[in-house]
Amino acid sequence: MISFKQRDIISIRHFNKEELLYILDMAKRMEQAEYTDILKGKVLASLFFEPSTRTRLSFESAMKRLGGMVIGFAEPGVTSVAKGESLSDSVKIIEGYCDIIVLRHYLEGSAQLAADVVKIPVINAGDGANQHPTQTFLDLYTIQKTKGTLEGLTIGFLGDMKYGRTVHSLAYALAYFGAEMYFVSPPGLRLPRDFMEALKDRKVKCHENESLLGISKRLDVIYCTRIQKERFADPVEFEKVRGIYRLTKTMLEEFGIKDDLKVLHPLPRVDEMDDSLDATDFAVYFQQARNGVPIRKALLAAVLGTIE
Amino acid sequence: MKHLDVAAIKDGSVIDHIDSKSTLKVAEILNIQNEEQIVLVGINLTSKFLGKKGIIKIEGKIIAQKEANKIALIAPNATVNIIKDYEVVKKFKIVIPEIIEGIVKCFNPNCVSNYNNIKARQHVVNKNPIKLQCHYCERIMSTKDIVLI
Repeated sequence: MISFKQRDIISIRHFNKEELLYILDMAKRMEQAEYTDILKGKVLASLFFEPSTRTRLSFESAMKRLGGMVIGFAEPGVTSVAKGESLSDSVKIIEGYCDIIVLRHYLEGSAQLAADVVKIPVINAGDGANQHPTQTFLDLYTIQKTKGTLEGLTIGFLGDMKYGRTVHSLAYALAYFGAEMYFVSPPGLRLPRDFMEALKDRKVKCHENESLLGISKRLDVIYCTRIQKERFADPVEFEKVRGIYRLTKTMLEEFGIKDDLKVLHPLPRVDEMDDSLDATDFAVYFQQARNGVPIRKALLAAVLGTIE
Repeated sequence: MKHLDVAAIKDGSVIDHIDSKSTLKVAEILNIQNEEQIVLVGINLTSKFLGKKGIIKIEGKIIAQKEANKIALIAPNATVNIIKDYEVVKKFKIVIPEIIEGIVKCFNPNCVSNYNNIKARQHVVNKNPIKLQCHYCERIMSTKDIVLI
């Protein structure tokens, strides 16, 4: 029997296909019925060492809509971390104030470290360029809802394959569903080699391209990502790739696409996706952002064990 | 009487068939500098299998399999002989463990294990060729990426 009770949500790698589908089903239930007090009396600590809008607010919204309470910070400068306190010490202290921790941190592996040192569940809300599992759950949910299935799709990932944690997590999850994947990026932002090898070991059909030209007609989904300035140590390197992709309605029409193509983006966007896409049937990124609430409700309810 | 390049010990452990260049690193990993009894170290000894090999003999210490396995990444061909009264009473090979702790530095500079004195930890995901996955950042290291702490 599948159970998420008191489990940490650190990496999409820790879940099998059935467990992924279990959470998607529970998110559907969260949308179909009102559960207004199943987390009454529970406290979530929302610890964001990096900026966030969607993830942080949708977690807080999900917790409050289920009757729970939220403490935490969105800016580490106001905490003891600014005095030099280690992450391990911080989470050990905060563990005493809450029932569950949601953590975003710029160092990769920080959520795992937190989970290793506290007894309460930890949910990874993004650790550097590594994983962002709850985003992956909502990406899968959006694809399932808009395409009708997750099985056997052809996905084009566009933008930053190197530092894009949402790409890494989603590619790993889609491998369970027999997806074929195109990774479209400038040469300097290709998928890390070890990650590509791991996908190939799982028999995923993977391709690397520098443009959507010639492949766009094969795609069921385009997963567009922002090239993240904050991940570049050298601003010169960022300038070389800044604005290299700009997805527009005209461009997609010229390149050729399937009628039922869907375009996702974890947001925020800067200049990689034109406003002209927003009114089209294939733009589902605002719906995708809204899906953060039912997915995070499902995860909180499942992990805190208040619903089976 | 057989000539020994490194003198025999009466009771203790002999780690043999170490890749010669790794001998001092093996000594460091096994923390033998803190031993109080005699420790004999031989480097560049003739070996049929390795060409040149290293050997470490530790008087008065019985090395357990689990402890010996710590050197698996740098001395995969090593054998351990347990000696009692100058005789070999037990012999075993090094086995690559499932988890490597405090030995290999994560090659990802943005990994949390490279900060705040956190003990590096990797899961062995493939033994031949060796592939290690960082417990924290999940990046996979192959032989060329492995740097010992």
